[in-house]
Amino acid sequence: MREVAIVGVGMTRWGELWEKSLRDIYVETALLAMEDAGVDRIDSMVVGCMSSGLFVGQEHLGSVLADYLGQAPVPATRVESACASGGLAIRTGFMEVASGMSDIVLVSGVEKMTDVDGGDATYALGTAADQEYECYHGITFPGLYAMMARAYMHQYGLTREELAAVAVKNHENGSKNPLAQFPMQVTIEQVIGSVLVADPLRILDCSPITDGAAAIILCPLDQAKKISKNRPVKIIGSGHATDSIAYHSREDLTSLEAVAKAAERAYKMAGVGPDAIDAVEVHDCFTIAEILAIEALGLVERGKGRTAASSGLTAIGGKIPVNPSGGLKSKGHPVGATGVAQVIELVKQLRGECGERQVKNARRALAQNMGGSGGSSIVHILEVG
Amino acid sequence: MFSSRYWREIPQRYRMEAAKCSGCGTVSFPPRLICPKCKGRTFEKVRLPDQGKVLTYTVIHVPATPFKDEVPFAIAVVELDGGVRITSQVVDCDPATIRIGQRVRTEFRKLQEVGDAGVLCYGYKCVPA
Repeated sequence: MREVAIVGVGMTRWGELWEKSLRDIYVETALLAMEDAGVDRIDSMVVGCMSSGLFVGQEHLGSVLADYLGQAPVPATRVESACASGGLAIRTGFMEVASGMSDIVLVSGVEKMTDVDGGDATYALGTAADQEYECYHGITFPGLYAMMARAYMHQYGLTREELAAVAVKNHENGSKNPLAQFPMQVTIEQVIGSVLVADPLRILDCSPITDGAAAIILCPLDQAKKISKNRPVKIIGSGHATDSIAYHSREDLTSLEAVAKAAERAYKMAGVGPDAIDAVEVHDCFTIAEILAIEALGLVERGKGRTAASSGLTAIGGKIPVNPSGGLKSKGHPVGATGVAQVIELVKQLRGECGERQVKNARRALAQNMGGSGGSSIVHILEVG
Repeated sequence: MFSSRYWREIPQRYRMEAAKCSGCGTVSFPPRLICPKCKGRTFEKVRLPDQGKVLTYTVIHVPATPFKDEVPFAIAVVELDGGVRITSQVVDCDPATIRIGQRVRTEFRKLQEVGDAGVLCYGYKCVPA
């Protein structure tokens, strides 16, 4: 297997981009990534997208996007793993470069979610859970994570304030990110006083509905210096795992086993453990998800994740900085694009380009992307080249 | 919902039919073609018990469109006696009174209506036992 480097990144500000189409936001970020890397041609492209069919009525994205990027006839592959589609796109591109099949691969994630109303968006997102035996009975995605929060509160004594501290931290970080959809800061009182979505989760516990795209350029490490002037960032670990589609089938209702298994595989490939990680981006689609994710990644012990945000452990200046970008919570969550944006944040952190939200002396970083209620997860570990 | 998709789930939704693996005894609900535990391929049809307990729950305030007239409503992960788990609404009670560990039983209820002239969808909901 060849070593693989990221040599270009591209992202625009996320939000409710009513004046732009899915193909517009894709092309904008793909061109930014190519410009950043300094390449004008690609050998192949991979795009992660959860549900362009339900959100904008368009499938066959490989062809649409290769065409509108002016890159047809390059091979173009669309991959899907619900909200982990972006992470899966990176893993697919990584395998393509590592195997020697392609040298320069453009990997993107994209989702255009605001062309439908809230009810239809809730339905589309629900397709990432078990349609017949969960959603059919009225459960929603906030509802699934609310049940995780309730079970965790019961088992470990998590308080409402500790849960809110995750949102407070991530909005604090996001306020320093010019690309964040919701860069405002929030207080514990605002989170606890915000409208109920699925008890005990409130609207400020939830990531938003977002339009957005993100793109990176991969190439073999030994050609990186020739291809691009940028300091390369190596992908040293990639792990992917699945779990039962229905949340109720999980043996432990407070544990994300797909995350734990994906992390175990990524750590093994990288030859490092959780202690060696300087900065982390996790899939905080809901506040409780960040707590469960840092436990599954082995960054904190089981049951200790509840105080990680309130104690300052996971703040940018803390021992284990988590979601310096603002996370899904503040940056936004265009589902298929999220996994790519996480890696972009970490590449910028490792290059030292993050300004006010820079994690000092970051040399190694980890991104964790998750599909559905934990039915799939993808973990990547990056290192300065 | 397309009527064929609704119709083929009727044995599970109306009668809670599950599949018990002839090899290791694991009960799968809904029935599967291969046992997730021992990979066995032969099963015996069994009916799930109607008694169980709440493992975790939530009260939905922002629903998907088909449930917009029902909010707020409670929904739970329920472990039926014997160990099979389901996701089910908990009704006929104040949602604020539901607790983890509470005993419930399943009943046959209407779950959804599909469109103005579509099918009425029935299935199981839980009530306090």
